[in-house]
Amino acid sequence: MSSPRTRIRHYWVALRAMLIFTVALGVLYPLAVTGIGQLAFPAQANGSLAKVGGATVGSALLGQSFADADGNPLPEWFQPRPSAAGAGYDAGASSGSNWGPENADLIAAIEQRKAQIAEFNGVSPGDIPADALTASASGLDPHISPDYARLQVARVAAARHLPEESVRALVEAKIHNRDLGYLGEPTVNVLQLNIALDALKG
Amino acid sequence: MDTLFAIFQVASLVLILALLYHPLGEYMARIYTSTKDLKVERGFYRLIGVEARSEQTWQSYLRGVLAFSVTGLLFVYLLQRFQAVLPYSLGLPAVPEGLSFNTAASFVANTNWQSYSPELTLGYTVQIAGLAVQNFVSAAVGIAVAIALVRGFARRKSGTIGNFWVDLTRGTLRLLLPISLLGAVVLIASGVIQNFNGFTEISTLSGGVQHLPGGPVASQEVIKNLGTNGGGFFNANAAHPFENPNAWTSLLQNVLMLMIPFSLTRTFGRMVGDPKQGHAILAVMATIFVTSLTFLTYLELKGAGTAPQLAGAAMEGKEQRFGIFASTLFGSTSTLTSTGAVNSMHDSYTALGGMMPMINMMLGEVTPGGVGSGLYGMLILAVIAVFIGGLLVGRTPEYLGKKLGPKEIKLASLFILVTPTLALVGTALSFGIPAIRADVEATSIWNPGVHGLSEVLYAFTSAANNNGSAFAGLTANTPWLNTALGIAMLLGRFIPIVFVLALAGSLAAQDKVPATAGTLPTHRPQFVGLLIGVTLIVTALTYFPVLALGPLAEGLL
Repeated sequence: MSSPRTRIRHYWVALRAMLIFTVALGVLYPLAVTGIGQLAFPAQANGSLAKVGGATVGSALLGQSFADADGNPLPEWFQPRPSAAGAGYDAGASSGSNWGPENADLIAAIEQRKAQIAEFNGVSPGDIPADALTASASGLDPHISPDYARLQVARVAAARHLPEESVRALVEAKIHNRDLGYLGEPTVNVLQLNIALDALKG
Repeated sequence: MDTLFAIFQVASLVLILALLYHPLGEYMARIYTSTKDLKVERGFYRLIGVEARSEQTWQSYLRGVLAFSVTGLLFVYLLQRFQAVLPYSLGLPAVPEGLSFNTAASFVANTNWQSYSPELTLGYTVQIAGLAVQNFVSAAVGIAVAIALVRGFARRKSGTIGNFWVDLTRGTLRLLLPISLLGAVVLIASGVIQNFNGFTEISTLSGGVQHLPGGPVASQEVIKNLGTNGGGFFNANAAHPFENPNAWTSLLQNVLMLMIPFSLTRTFGRMVGDPKQGHAILAVMATIFVTSLTFLTYLELKGAGTAPQLAGAAMEGKEQRFGIFASTLFGSTSTLTSTGAVNSMHDSYTALGGMMPMINMMLGEVTPGGVGSGLYGMLILAVIAVFIGGLLVGRTPEYLGKKLGPKEIKLASLFILVTPTLALVGTALSFGIPAIRADVEATSIWNPGVHGLSEVLYAFTSAANNNGSAFAGLTANTPWLNTALGIAMLLGRFIPIVFVLALAGSLAAQDKVPATAGTLPTHRPQFVGLLIGVTLIVTALTYFPVLALGPLAEGLL
């Protein structure tokens, strides 16, 4: 059995070890990684910013809202998925809805979205894909499914007085296949699609 | 057709882990058996006042673990309490006492339960100097304890089981740090952010305003997975595109979570002088892993329940870039290791799908479990399995040449009682004490009905098993849950460690008995089957009643 003195000695060792670990792992390590990141991959390290004419309009990795001040979707933009981050796409409050499968609020929300999207796009409620009706895990999902992008083509083209074929061709060009051909799901990045859409007008 | 993509995804993961198994397992064995210290290590031992060549009894080893962890607890607590005056705090105030305690307990216990929303609560200094440091060292502590137990099996007539400070240092410096440095750079190249920019206000394409977050994310993301910690830099954890930007980084994070827990079975086999013993343990872990993943994927793909049926698929709380397959793979990996990170919201899983992460944790985090804790948990179950096998054939049970007498069996039995007791008593108290029940129902529970019970059961299961994932609708930042879950995490981590180290000491002191014709072989499929059975039956008998009240009731009625 050890004496009280050797027991206290453990704490003295622990304290010194914790101080050194904090400097090495809590200061030097993140600074080294930041240095390498900023030198070798500055675009990614700083958030893959999307720019239009030199002005930053968002991050290619984060979804953003394309609604008016009252939260009504703007017909001339491709619309992202529903978002549970703050009031919607609040990048300071990432979150899912956390509603369970039998939650009455979720069921009501899906029904309401179904009716709204069907009317907004002039499509049958049965044709709306699941990603359009459900909030993502982060509330900042930058993507929609190719099906949801295609479903919005006619509406966007009409609102912008563009030929439907050119908008449709743009959507097809912006479809990102599965990573490495088999990981995850095919996606369309809404911000990048909308930036390209603006260029189409000019 | 789609199923083919899912199979390819799992096949790539298996292939990568298989390629890492031998070199990483052997490397770890060398780390913990080498008698040479690096120059930087010698300097470190001098500074902290440790004689590297002096071995410790199990009691002394345990005192080192506890002293180091108590110090870490105080460190993280105080950093949060003084946040207001620390640099890079983004203008955030001190974290309140109850939440500071819960968070400190959570990160020291390798759990990374998060009662708070990081974006709104923690500045960069607390995240990197407090939480990320614990992500390294709590992982190194877990591996050290597992190695100590393996030494117990490997040694004969030894009064000591190694030196905690040396194991801690080597695990951090030679294993976790180099892999983290490499992994962090790969993550940055793939889109994970790494800066100290704070929030940047930008004007969006349609003329709105968005505040883009910054932060040293990649350096934290990599060790959060590698150390099976799981605490996200952001509230949405690995669902946040800045933590996990695409399906490829998601697969890489699966690799990071699984590489050490699986490869440790090779280290174990090497250190006890028979790699086949490690293969048997690996087979048990892998069988349960693949089975659980298959169930969860099937259930989410089927998408039962009113809301998923109405939407057409179980996509609530899932990211489009991951879809069902990359979500269920991550959810399974994260809850079968003790990581607890999420790239999809488990609270929104189908009722029976949401039960799978819960069952994964209830298995005791042993398939493959957390770094170190998974191996020592599984070796305890192996001790139980050998004992049961011995009873069946009527012989004195032996495992790896060590006699399993009354003392060893008592320690193993006590070990497996700790976490179920904490999980079930915590859940029961939350609903059994009227005042607490009123508070839990009014403040904490997010979804009404039986799903609410599942949220609380999930929380205590996660805390007691040191996983840290959540049915995240639950508001856990209340006095009751912060305190009760904090205590559950600490007891769920350190009481089992006491029993493991006591067992290690007891085994190390024994001589080895030669295997005879009557010895139960523990490297054959028969033993693998027995151990799978023991793992499942212990869990099923303990948790079935409460599962029937929560997810089973919701999913089957």
